[in-house]
Amino acid sequence: MTTTAPTDDQRAGESQGRLILKRFSRNGIAMVSLALLLLLFVFSVSAIGLGPIPGWWKHDYVTPLPPAEGGRPTLSLIPEWLGGAGIMLGEHPFGQNRIGVDYFAQTMRGVQNSFLVIVLLAGVATVLGTVVGAIAGYYRGWVDAVLMRITDVFIVIPAIVIGAVVGRMTGGLGVQWLAITLGLVAWMGIARLVRAEFLSLREREFVEAARVAGASDMRIIFKHILPNAVGVVIVAASLIAAAAILLETGLSFLGYGIRAPESSLGLLVSQNQSAFATRPWLFWFPAAFIVIPALLINFVGDGLRDAFDPRQRRFSRRRTKEMPQAEALPAVPAEQKS
Amino acid sequence: MLSFVVRRIIASILTLVVASFIMYVLTANSGNPLQDLLASNAPNAQQLIGQRTERLSLDVPPPLRWFQWAAGAAGCLVPFASCDLGVNLNFTPVTALLPGAVASTVRLVAASTILAILLGVITGIVSALRQYSAFDLGMTFFSFFLYSLPSFLAAVLLKEFIAIDFNNWLSGADSSFGLVPTIVITLVVAFFLQAIVAGSMKNRLITFGVSAAATLGVLLYMDATNWFQSPGLGPVGLLILIAGVAFVAVVLVTGLGNRRALLAAGITGAIAYAAYFALQGLFDISTIWTIAILGLATAVVSFAVGWVLGGNDRSQVIRVAMITGIVSGLLVVADRYLQAWSTYIASPRINNRPIATVGEQTVGLTGDMWVMGLDTFTHFLLPTIALTLISFAGYTRYARAGLLEVLNQDYIRTARAKGLSERTVVMRHAFRNMLIPITTIVAADIGALLGGAIITERVFAISGMGSLFAVSLDRVDLNPIMGYFLVIAVTAILFNFIADLSYALLDPRVRVK
Repeated sequence: MTTTAPTDDQRAGESQGRLILKRFSRNGIAMVSLALLLLLFVFSVSAIGLGPIPGWWKHDYVTPLPPAEGGRPTLSLIPEWLGGAGIMLGEHPFGQNRIGVDYFAQTMRGVQNSFLVIVLLAGVATVLGTVVGAIAGYYRGWVDAVLMRITDVFIVIPAIVIGAVVGRMTGGLGVQWLAITLGLVAWMGIARLVRAEFLSLREREFVEAARVAGASDMRIIFKHILPNAVGVVIVAASLIAAAAILLETGLSFLGYGIRAPESSLGLLVSQNQSAFATRPWLFWFPAAFIVIPALLINFVGDGLRDAFDPRQRRFSRRRTKEMPQAEALPAVPAEQKS
Repeated sequence: MLSFVVRRIIASILTLVVASFIMYVLTANSGNPLQDLLASNAPNAQQLIGQRTERLSLDVPPPLRWFQWAAGAAGCLVPFASCDLGVNLNFTPVTALLPGAVASTVRLVAASTILAILLGVITGIVSALRQYSAFDLGMTFFSFFLYSLPSFLAAVLLKEFIAIDFNNWLSGADSSFGLVPTIVITLVVAFFLQAIVAGSMKNRLITFGVSAAATLGVLLYMDATNWFQSPGLGPVGLLILIAGVAFVAVVLVTGLGNRRALLAAGITGAIAYAAYFALQGLFDISTIWTIAILGLATAVVSFAVGWVLGGNDRSQVIRVAMITGIVSGLLVVADRYLQAWSTYIASPRINNRPIATVGEQTVGLTGDMWVMGLDTFTHFLLPTIALTLISFAGYTRYARAGLLEVLNQDYIRTARAKGLSERTVVMRHAFRNMLIPITTIVAADIGALLGGAIITERVFAISGMGSLFAVSLDRVDLNPIMGYFLVIAVTAILFNFIADLSYALLDPRVRVK
């Protein structure tokens, strides 16, 4: 609902997009998370390169090297004046795995693959879900009935089950195909949300005006209604993106997802869980790089939800004092008790 | 209403048919079911291949083979018809594989679901009532963290840290807490409780001091009595706990002003406490059915006490009495289990390392009901914690958002305006309305539960539904996968249906059409 009643943000008469951007950028946690997420993306891509382009890191993620210092990580974050070894990466910052492959390169490759899966899976699911939901909600009637029954069919099969079957079929084909196929079975939630949004938006006056002006159905759907439903789409997409990391790493952990010699964080955890007592770093580094991006995406998604839905925005005492007649009043009863 | 139900059933059957077809064809194309035989060096490999091909009709293309499967499976959905779900690669009928897997999964997920709902809803309510307090922000961060934590990480961490460390500590020479952990636990508990209470600085400090003292006392007592070797609540501990339960039940349901409720809770608690002494002899020769009958008796007695003392607001007093009675009964049973603990950990099969990391029971362990019960407990403890952590986050968020939404409604303002106490407003007006959306979420979640936790079952080596699926998928064993699918799809559809109906029943504003 991006066209809700005017709020105190609309003093300057700015466009909806600018208002949303402004609300989002005011959310500290979400902005920091977004920045860190982008930083991590750039870091992982630049470290080991992309395709034929080499990265700045000296080792790759497949070649076994002679083990040094028992494969222990050489990363040090404690500066010398605090009694540490100084801030440095060393030869193998995350150590080496059992056959001597550089673990930093493997982990970074896993992070890269996580990002690839996020973008492709969430992208495919979002586009497909939006189109299905938009058409079902706009046309209603039998089109809606048929599309929603198809959605039901896919919802009946749990994501991890269909993911496992699909992953087993396409896991050997490469990460991008795995991600795209998983996206083809993850669109149902978005389709339902978008449909609900379209069902209510299609009754509004601006749609009628567009129709009177002679706009085609496709034009009404994509140029008039969709921009108003974009909040729902973006928030749902962020949730899918976070779920995508967990789905891919979970499937790879079970052995249905990305396979060796390609690297995936779930696969690394699965390969090294038995070595937990002797080489714990083989577990900790991939584990951290699964949780951190997922957490960051969840924070960004939460910020987006707040930005798109000003009715649920954060309550600020200061703002109510400045504007006594502000719309924030409904939040007061809940606040009085604290 | 009737036409709604009929249309829903027809639509569900169609959905099921199409979904099973897609599942069948996808699975059949995910690999070669003859793989293990093709790779084997057995002299009769050719013959085995022929046998399997013939028995499973592998020469028929999957879309056509689906019709054979569907013809047999249709019998399972019609009452009194013969049910044929085919055989697996070893020619065991799928109908023989499913019950055991379902039982394991139910044992695994039942406790974690109940725990997750209880803890999640309570935390969500406290978060909402203390919106934007340190507790709320902390819990928000924690639930986001849990959202981002894959289940296999949680499972592996629990295995490494809780199980192995606890076992090492228990079987080690010096199994006392030590100074630093005692202080840390005390401070953490006290800090947590003062964050829940919130309010003025004075209130916080009082809560902090009292809870720190109480925690320290409990820890020192446990240390002095070597509690983890031979635990038990003991007559005094049980008395304190029962009194606490009665107090909390009265405070939450009616408030301390209600004399009748206070009396009913007191009497029920006293009966439970007396039963504790009376039943010890019976417990020693108990079976699970004795406990079930005792549980029923507890419910009846508490109900009767509430009924007799109820007076004008009978339903509330009955509720207080029943909550007190049943929770106290559970405490008495828990105490008996704790008494069996020292026997359990001393048995040669356990050898002071009780927390298991794999499997469902200790092989070769014998003992009475209490020891075997503890064995199940130690095996399911970690997977249950792992699953609880994962679903806990969702319920917290739902409960928090739900309560905040309800608290902003006009009828809450009305309730406050007519001077009702905060407890009445929250517990009677807000809490019940908040439960409506939660109920439907719970119903839908329970429907999805039978699918099992594929990853958790793998890590903890539990042979439930999830591992039936995973093992069969590894071998491209089509029939068990389809049997698995049929069970989870039917329960999912059924419970979604129940969720919709319960919404309509609970909320008069909603009408099914």
